[in-house]
Amino acid sequence: MTTGVEFLPCIVAFCCVHSAYQAADAAGRMRIPYPENIIMVHIPCAGRVDTLHILRAFENGADGVVILACHEGACHHILGNIRAKERVERANALLREIGVDGRRVEMRTCAPNDGSRFARVCHELEEKIKELGPSPLRKHA
Amino acid sequence: MARSFKETLNSGKFVVTAEVAPPKGTNLKKTVEHIDLLKERVDALNVTDNQSSVMRFPSLGTTVLIKECGGEPILQMTCRDRNRMALQSDLLFAYTRGIRNVLCLTGDHITVGDHKEARAVFDLDSVQLLHLVRTMESGKDFSGNDLDGGVEFCAGAVVTPEADPIEPQLIKFDKKVQAGAGFFQTQAVYDMDNFKRFMEYAHQVDRNIKILAGMVLLASAGAARYMNEQVPGVFVPQDLIDELRSAPKGTALRKGIEITGRLIRQIKEEAICDGVHIMAIGREEVVPDIMVAAGL
Amino acid sequence: MIIAERKPLEDIKQMIAQYKKILLVGCGTCVTVCWAGGEKEVGILASQLRLAFRRDGGELETLEATVERQCEKEMVEELKDKIQQVEAVLSLGCGAGVQTIADRFEETPVYPALNTKFVGMPEREGLWIENCGACGDCFLDRTGGICPIVRCAKGLLNGPCGGTNKGKCEVDPEKDCAWTLIYRRLEKQGRLDLMRKYYPPRNFQAVVRPGKIEAQRV
Ligand code: SF4
Ligand code: SF4
Repeated sequence: MTTGVEFLPCIVAFCCVHSAYQAADAAGRMRIPYPENIIMVHIPCAGRVDTLHILRAFENGADGVVILACHEGACHHILGNIRAKERVERANALLREIGVDGRRVEMRTCAPNDGSRFARVCHELEEKIKELGPSPLRKHA
Repeated sequence: MARSFKETLNSGKFVVTAEVAPPKGTNLKKTVEHIDLLKERVDALNVTDNQSSVMRFPSLGTTVLIKECGGEPILQMTCRDRNRMALQSDLLFAYTRGIRNVLCLTGDHITVGDHKEARAVFDLDSVQLLHLVRTMESGKDFSGNDLDGGVEFCAGAVVTPEADPIEPQLIKFDKKVQAGAGFFQTQAVYDMDNFKRFMEYAHQVDRNIKILAGMVLLASAGAARYMNEQVPGVFVPQDLIDELRSAPKGTALRKGIEITGRLIRQIKEEAICDGVHIMAIGREEVVPDIMVAAGL
Repeated sequence: MIIAERKPLEDIKQMIAQYKKILLVGCGTCVTVCWAGGEKEVGILASQLRLAFRRDGGELETLEATVERQCEKEMVEELKDKIQQVEAVLSLGCGAGVQTIADRFEETPVYPALNTKFVGMPEREGLWIENCGACGDCFLDRTGGICPIVRCAKGLLNGPCGGTNKGKCEVDPEKDCAWTLIYRRLEKQGRLDLMRKYYPPRNFQAVVRPGKIEAQRV
C-alpha cells in the first residue's frame, strides 16, 4: 500500500434501470464528469440485488459497493428500494462480523433525470472509499 | 414461645410473623442477632429460600438455627432449585429437627437472580408442592411408597391480592386451599379497600382460611415508586407516596414505619384478616418499632 | 417446525480453521423457512467464510449443496460425490440433519453451523416463537390450545405464578404470560372449569430419553 501509486478504488454500483442508470446517461449527456473507476451493474430494480450479490462483489475485488435506487416512494416495483435497504443492512452486518468496516456498502437514491446528483454521489463514494483504503478482502496476489 | 404456630393460628389471636434473610456466606452473626431480636416478639419467623434467585445460606439450615435459638420457624420452600425427590428429602430432615411449618412457593425464575445460566428446575409448582406435603403426611412418599416414620406440617402458601388480572390468581388461590394450604401470607398490600375486596373472595372460598396480610416496609418515596413500577402485583396508592415524600429530610424511614404501623393497626381494629406478615427487607432491626407503632 | 439460528461467525471459523476445502450443506425444510439454513443461507455463509479466510490471510474453497430433508438418510445420499472432494462438511441443518450426515459419512468430520433452538411457529415475518417442548404427553386439551410447558417460563400446570404482571411474564416483560393467555381463552370458551382442576406433576417418563418410537404395523 506504500508503493507510491495512488489508490484507485474499485466501486461496484448496482444501478436501478428506472433511476440511477438513466441518471448516469443524463450525466453523460450533460457532460458532467464522474469517476471512471465505478463499475456499473444494470439492474431491473434495486430489489433485485441480493445480499449474496454484494458479498460476491467483494470476493471479486470490489473496495466498495453501492446500490443506487429510486427515491423512497418512487420505486417502480413499490417495495424494491425498501428491500434493498434491508439487504444493505444485512451485508453491513455480515461484513462487520468478518471484521470489515460496514461503511463499504451503502444505499443511495437518485431521480432518473438528476445527472448532477448521480455524479456527486459517485464522487462522494470515491472519496469515502479512498479514505477507508483498499478492501482487506481483495485476493492476495 | 411455648405455642406452636398452628396453635397460634387457631387461637384467635392477631398473628404476627416476620422474616429473616440468610447470609450470602457462612457469617451467621447478623442472622442470629435478628433471630434473637424477633423470636419472642413475633409468632413465627419465615426464612426465605434463595430469595429473588440469589444464592445464599439455605433456608433449611436457617430454620434449624431458629429452632436452636428457641424460635418458631416457617420454612420457605420454592420449586426452583429442587426436584420432587430433593424437596421430600429436605422435608423429612426438617421434620426430624422439629420444624413444623412450611410455606410452599413456586419461586422466582432463575433469570432474575445471580446465577442466570443455571438450570431452572420447576419439577413441581406450588400447588403440587402442597399436595406433596399432604401426601407425605399420609405416610407415603410422592410415588406412593411407605415412609418409615411420617411427617406433619402446618403448610401455607402465598397469594397476590393486587394481581392484574386478578381472576387467574383467585382460581389458583382456590386450588391452593383445596390442596390443603392452612394459611396464606400475602404479597405486599397497601390499599385496604382493594384488600377488603380480596378478603371477601377469600372468605367465600373458605370461611376459616387464615390470612396474614403482607406488610413491606416502605423506606422512601422512591422505594414506593419502585414497588409500583417494578414489582408485579404490588400497588402503593399515591397518597402514601405523597406522605412519604412530604416527610422532612432524613425521616422517611420513620414515616415508613409509621405508615406500616398504621396499616397494621387498621387491619387489627377492623379485623380485616387474621394477622400480618412483616417484611422489613434488610431492615429487620426496625420490626419491633413497627410493632410498637402498630400498638402490638 | 424446527427453529434454528446461525452460530456466531467466530465459532464457525474456529471449527473449520484447519481446513482448505469444505462442503456446506443446507436443508430445504424447516431451516429454510426460518431463514437459517436454506440454499440462500448456504450461499451467503459460504461467501462470508471465503471472505473471512481471505481477510485473515488464508484461502478457503467451498462447495455448496442443499438437500430436501437433511434428517433422512436416503436424501443425504446424494452428497456422496461432493463429500469425496472435501476435507469436512459444515451443515446448516438442525441437529438431526448434522447427525444424519455424520452417521452416513463416518470418515468425514461434520460440523454444525446452526444452533437448533426449539419447535415453534412463525409469529410474523422474521419472528418465530417456541410453542412445543415435545414433552411426550400433550396437555393442550386442558389449556385451550396454549402450551404451558414451554410458553410459561416455569412450565407451570396449575395457573400463573406470582410474577405475572398485567398479562406479561416475570422473566421477560415483552413476553406474554402463558397463564393469562390460557385464562382468557378458556374464559372466552366458557371452559374455566378446566383451570380450576388440580393437575399432578408431569411424568418425565413420557419420553424416555433418548426418545424412540416404533410404528405399530397392523
Ligand atoms: S403440552 Fe407437550 S406436546 Fe403439547 S404442545 Fe406443550 S410441549 Fe408440546
Ligand atoms: S409470569 Fe406467567 S408465563 Fe411467566 S412464569 Fe409466571 S405463570 Fe409462567
